[in-house]
Amino acid sequence: MSTDIWLGWTYFILCALFALVGALATISSANPIRGAMGLLMMILSIAGLYLSLHAQFLAAIQLIVYAGAIVVLFLFVIMLLGPSAQAPSDSRARFPRAIGAGLFLLLGAGVVSWLVMLGQHISKETARLAAAGTWKPATVPSDFGGIDAFGKELFTKTLVPFELSSALLLVAVIGAIAVARSKHGDGAEKALPTAAALTEATPKEEASV
Amino acid sequence: MISPIVYVALATILFFLGGAGFLFRRNVLVSLMSIEIMLNATNLALVAFNRLHTDSHTGQMLTFFVIAVAAAEVAVGLAIVISFFRIKRSVRTDEADLLRN
Repeated sequence: MSTDIWLGWTYFILCALFALVGALATISSANPIRGAMGLLMMILSIAGLYLSLHAQFLAAIQLIVYAGAIVVLFLFVIMLLGPSAQAPSDSRARFPRAIGAGLFLLLGAGVVSWLVMLGQHISKETARLAAAGTWKPATVPSDFGGIDAFGKELFTKTLVPFELSSALLLVAVIGAIAVARSKHGDGAEKALPTAAALTEATPKEEASV
Repeated sequence: MISPIVYVALATILFFLGGAGFLFRRNVLVSLMSIEIMLNATNLALVAFNRLHTDSHTGQMLTFFVIAVAAAEVAVGLAIVISFFRIKRSVRTDEADLLRN
């Protein structure tokens, strides 16, 4: 039993560490490709955390939709934009932005410390109630989070939102085409960076790296 | 079983990291990725809360719809990025001043 708990904590800490490193890489890397790789790392570790929370179906969906579609879409756009996807670093207004982000992180630290206190309180209360015999941990049905139980609930209780989400995805696809399409009909060669722009931009990128 | 509040604490850290990235970075692609980090963090918190009430899948269902909406959001957002790049030849958010007179 204790080895089970130990293994669970090891798995959780590994996944959490990878998720945090991935998120940090995403928000701090100058090269967007590296950022997308960090995002992929975070998405994979969150899929692992879903597995430990009895959400197998969602872990699969996370891999298919996030890792398989969203990250690939990001990479596709980054490579379409070429070297100009990496904006040259500019120190203008860096200080106010840093203050804003720092205050936001401070708020986050406050929330996390409140959660830690709440967790201590909860563990104390559950230990007291378990000792009194009035509390026992929630039992997990064997099919909880599996595709059977999930699908049954999806197509009964949340059928209307499911159909509405299909409409939303259709509208999003049409909207994306309408927004990204060039106004001049054949904007393909204008949209892609020309060879001259590429050769002009490459030394700049090397210099910044 | 690890207490779900540990997952919620991790989700909070991820959410605020994503928010800080959104506030600090000026590359619009990185801003979109920061939004994805925040959405993933809220999904993790929802799934962790659902672990406490295993008689229904409400949290997991909400996560499912958040993933669907995130996919739609990324499709439209990246289309806007491409359209913006076509006009300004840049991906910096502070160059998006087309509505300034």
